[in-house]
Amino acid sequence: MQTTAAQTLIDIRKLNLYYGNFHALKSVTMDIPEKAITAFIGPSGCGKSTLLRTLNRMNDMIPGTRIDGTITIGGADIYSKEVDVETLRKKVGMVFQQPNPFPKSIYDNVAYGPRLHGTHSKSKLDELVETSLRQAALWDEVKDHLKRSALSLSGGQQQRLCIARAIAVGPDVLLMDEATSALDPISTLKIEELAQELKDKYTIVMVTHNMHQAARVSNQTVFFLNGEVVEFSDTEKLFSNPRDQRTEDYISGRFG
Amino acid sequence: MMTKRRELDHGLEELNELIIDMGRRVETALKQSIEALEKVDAESATRLIREDKELNKIEEKISEIGSRLIATQQPVAKDLRRILVAFKIASDLERMGDLAVDVAKVVIRLEGQALIKPLIDLPRMAQIVQMMTYESIQSYVQENVNMAYKMAKDDDLVDALYAQIIRELLTIMMEDPRTISQANLLSFVGRYIERFADHATNIGESVVYLVTGSRPDLNA
Repeated sequence: MQTTAAQTLIDIRKLNLYYGNFHALKSVTMDIPEKAITAFIGPSGCGKSTLLRTLNRMNDMIPGTRIDGTITIGGADIYSKEVDVETLRKKVGMVFQQPNPFPKSIYDNVAYGPRLHGTHSKSKLDELVETSLRQAALWDEVKDHLKRSALSLSGGQQQRLCIARAIAVGPDVLLMDEATSALDPISTLKIEELAQELKDKYTIVMVTHNMHQAARVSNQTVFFLNGEVVEFSDTEKLFSNPRDQRTEDYISGRFG
Repeated sequence: MMTKRRELDHGLEELNELIIDMGRRVETALKQSIEALEKVDAESATRLIREDKELNKIEEKISEIGSRLIATQQPVAKDLRRILVAFKIASDLERMGDLAVDVAKVVIRLEGQALIKPLIDLPRMAQIVQMMTYESIQSYVQENVNMAYKMAKDDDLVDALYAQIIRELLTIMMEDPRTISQANLLSFVGRYIERFADHATNIGESVVYLVTGSRPDLNA
C-alpha cells in the first residue's frame, strides 16, 4: 500500500484490536515513512485514533483491550515483553486535542521530561528548554517569561508548549491526536506550519477530523472505515483522484 | 447527511445546465452561420453576431458560480474536477461562438456578391463539426469517455476536408485572379470551422479528465 520511496519507520502488520467484543481494528497493515507527515482520516469510530494510540501503547491502559499482529518502530517490536513503555513513550511523543500543560512554569513544563529521564545539569536543561521551545516556534514569545505559569499562555501557545515538552526528550515520532481541533484558525495554521518544519527531524502521525488539514499538511493520507484501511496514498493523489469510491464519497462529504 | 452537500450539488447542477445551454447555442450558431454564408444573408449574420454576447455572459456566470463553489465549499477530487472542467469547456465554447461570429463577419463582407462557386465542402465540413460539437456535449452529459474518443476521431475527416477546400480554392484563384478576394475569405471560413472542431476535441479531452483524472491528448 505504500506509495513513496522513503524509508519506513513504523511497520504495522495484520494488526487486530478488540475492545471486549468490539473489533476496532481489522487486519491493519501499513508502512509509515520516516520524516514525513502521515494523516489518518475517517468518520468517527473508524479506528483512526485507536491505531494512533497503539503506536505508543496508550491502549494498554484501557481494560478489555486485546491486540494481535505486530508493530515495529525502527525495526523493534514495540509490543514485545522486553519493551519498557516509559522508554517507548519517550521515543514516541504525543500531543492531544486539548492542550494539557502541567500547572507549572513554562520552563518546568519543558524540563519535566529530561529531568525525569535523568538530566539535572542547569546548563544542559537551559539548552534543552531553549532548543525545544525554538523548535516549537514558541521561544520568541516566551523567552522573557520562562518562570511564568504555563496556564497563563493562550490555547495555541499552550499547544506549542506541549509540542516543545514532547520534543525535549528527543523522540523519533510525534503523534498528534486532533491537536488543533480546540484552537482558533490562526493558532491552527501556526501548528500546521510548525508540523511542516518538524517533519524534517521527526516522523509525524496525525489524526484529524479536518480533511482540509490533512490535505494541506500531510505527505501521506490514510482513509479508515469501520476499522479497516480503505486507502493509503500520497495526499495529493488521495484528494485529487482517489483510487477507491468510498474514499471519494467520504472526502466529497457524501457520508461521515 | 445529504444536507451538507446541498449547496455544492446545487451549484454543480447549475454549472451542468449552463454548459449544456452553451453547447446548444454554439451548435446552432455554427449551423446558422454556414446557412447565412450559403445565402449570403447579411441580416442573419448580423443577428448571429448580436446573439454571441449571450454566450459571453453565460461563460462569465459559469466562472462566477465555479469560483464561489471553490471559495465556499472546498470541493475535492471529482467535485473539483467538475468545476475545473466547467471553466475549461465554457472557455472552449465561448471561443467556438467567436468562430461562428468570424464566419458571420465574412458573410457581411460578402454582402451583394454572388458566390464564386456553389458551396459543397464547407457545409459538409460544418455538418461534421456540428455533429462533433453535439457529441462532445453529449459525452460530457453522459460522462462517456468512449464517445469523446470517437468524436475526436472525426477531426481527421475535418482536417482532410479543409485541405481539399484549400486546394480547390487555390485552383479557382489561379484560374481567375478576380476571385482572389472572395476565395481568400472562403478559405478563412474553412480555417474557422477547422478551429471549431479543435475546440470540440478539447471538450472531449476535458470529459476524459473529468471521468478518469488523467489528461489525454485527443488531438494527437
